[in-house]
Amino acid sequence: MNDKATPFTDAARAAEARPLSTPPAVWNGDAATAKRAAKTTLARLGNLALALAIFVACWIALAAYLDRDIMPYPWDVLPVFVEEMREGDLWDHTVISAGRVLQAIAVAVLFATPIGMGLGQIRVLNRIFSPLIGLVHPIPKVVFLPVILVIMGIGETSKVFLIALILFFQILVVVRDEAASLRPELIQSVRSLGAGRRALFRYVYLPASLPAVLTALRVSVGTAIAVLFIAEQYSTREGLGYYIVTLTWQRLRFDQMYAGILAMSLLGLLLYMVVDVLERIVGRWRRAGELD
Amino acid sequence: MSTTNTQAMIAITDLTFRYGPRSTPVFDRFNWQVAPGETWSIIGASGCGKTTLLTLIAGLRRATSGTIRVGDTVIRRPRPETGLILQDYGLLPWATVWDNVALGLRVRRFYGPDGTHAPRTAPPPSRQEARRMVEQWLRRLNIADQRNKYPGAISGGQRQRTAIARTLALQPDLLLMDEPFSSLDAPTREDLQNLVIQLQREMDLTSVIVTHAIEEAAILGQHILVLDQPPNTEPVIVSNPGAGAPGYRSTPAFLDRCNELRELLGLTV
Repeated sequence: MNDKATPFTDAARAAEARPLSTPPAVWNGDAATAKRAAKTTLARLGNLALALAIFVACWIALAAYLDRDIMPYPWDVLPVFVEEMREGDLWDHTVISAGRVLQAIAVAVLFATPIGMGLGQIRVLNRIFSPLIGLVHPIPKVVFLPVILVIMGIGETSKVFLIALILFFQILVVVRDEAASLRPELIQSVRSLGAGRRALFRYVYLPASLPAVLTALRVSVGTAIAVLFIAEQYSTREGLGYYIVTLTWQRLRFDQMYAGILAMSLLGLLLYMVVDVLERIVGRWRRAGELD
Repeated sequence: MSTTNTQAMIAITDLTFRYGPRSTPVFDRFNWQVAPGETWSIIGASGCGKTTLLTLIAGLRRATSGTIRVGDTVIRRPRPETGLILQDYGLLPWATVWDNVALGLRVRRFYGPDGTHAPRTAPPPSRQEARRMVEQWLRRLNIADQRNKYPGAISGGQRQRTAIARTLALQPDLLLMDEPFSSLDAPTREDLQNLVIQLQREMDLTSVIVTHAIEEAAILGQHILVLDQPPNTEPVIVSNPGAGAPGYRSTPAFLDRCNELRELLGLTV
């Protein structure tokens, strides 16, 4: 070993001194976990960089192959994106769109979570409403856009409502199944500790359904943004959907159009990542068995 | 009769319970008493109603008719001074061992001394006091090293220790156990049986354990209630004064008692 060339830390030196075949006798829980967490974070960042590189390479290849105005190169789009964000009103459109999605998420979570818990725990309710949910859940709610526009008016409400409606059923179904899977023995033993309905809600149902809500959000946030794009084609002069189709595409401003597409993609990616991280934190215990 | 009634820890009077309006009653005008400080085992074949009886005493089920009194309370809902331990532990899978042991104390602080969810007499512990109690019980049950682990990452024996710590942290006067060690391997089971005997003595607990294992019934219960196929009307009781003494497992009296139970359960000796 060349001590001069490689500046070992004490820990690394100690690790090196141990024969490779035998694991450390006593795992120092916290240090080991922190080390492992740092390692996985690093690996995850590496994967992200690789994915990004492949994505950009495909983009460049496609642009070179098509060689048309509708498919500009990344280096044409990026400066326009920055300029539109700073000088133009792309930032304002992004904020409006993000606000609509976040409002819809809030509304959907607030309504779907308690209803899902109720359905999951009260069998009679589930028997009555499950067939109805099974019937309505697979209908693509976006087809009701015209109806919703007429009934709820052309303002913000109709757009938020449509997205919330889609998220509502996703969350409802997952929370219901999660609540139904809580074992009666768990409820019984917590009741035997003195818990009534309020304490059960606080200490059992709420923490049990939180990961379910996040799982549902993670899988449906993409759909929510797709529907947002469609909803923003009608009766509005704000939002990324309007920016991409009316302000740029129809005026053949393709570089700007891609700036809008990039903004919407980043919005989706950001939401997905936030939900994903929250889900990992809340659902740590699910992986506990594998770690030890 | 009435004087013994007021002193009993558990007094069951004319208990009738059936699952459906037309089904055979599991208990039909059943009477049974447990005095304070006694340790009881309930044994019987599956379907005899032993778990049903325990959940009735725990207040998790309502009797069809008759009364169940525990301490001074007529049972209509779980009584805060009664502790319950189940075969499948009933731990919160998303909470660490520490948080699971703290759960009961948190529920008490959540309600305050309202008499229904927490005892009216004892004010709930302060946050600091609760923390100290959790630590103390983690150490007493030898699971202090597991405190930051989730139930999914510890052994069955450690899970049951967590459940016992959670229940005893509430300082119950009556401990009800439903097949608590049935899913554990033999050495772990014996280890925990000995622990329960020690704790019973330390805390002066009245305890009732439901089990289908003849040996377990004879080791843990100074009195053994044998249940038969429903309907149960008269309690069949076997006295087993040696239970709980060290080394009882290897005495002739223990073997005699096991054989007596086998005969009562209709098994060939």
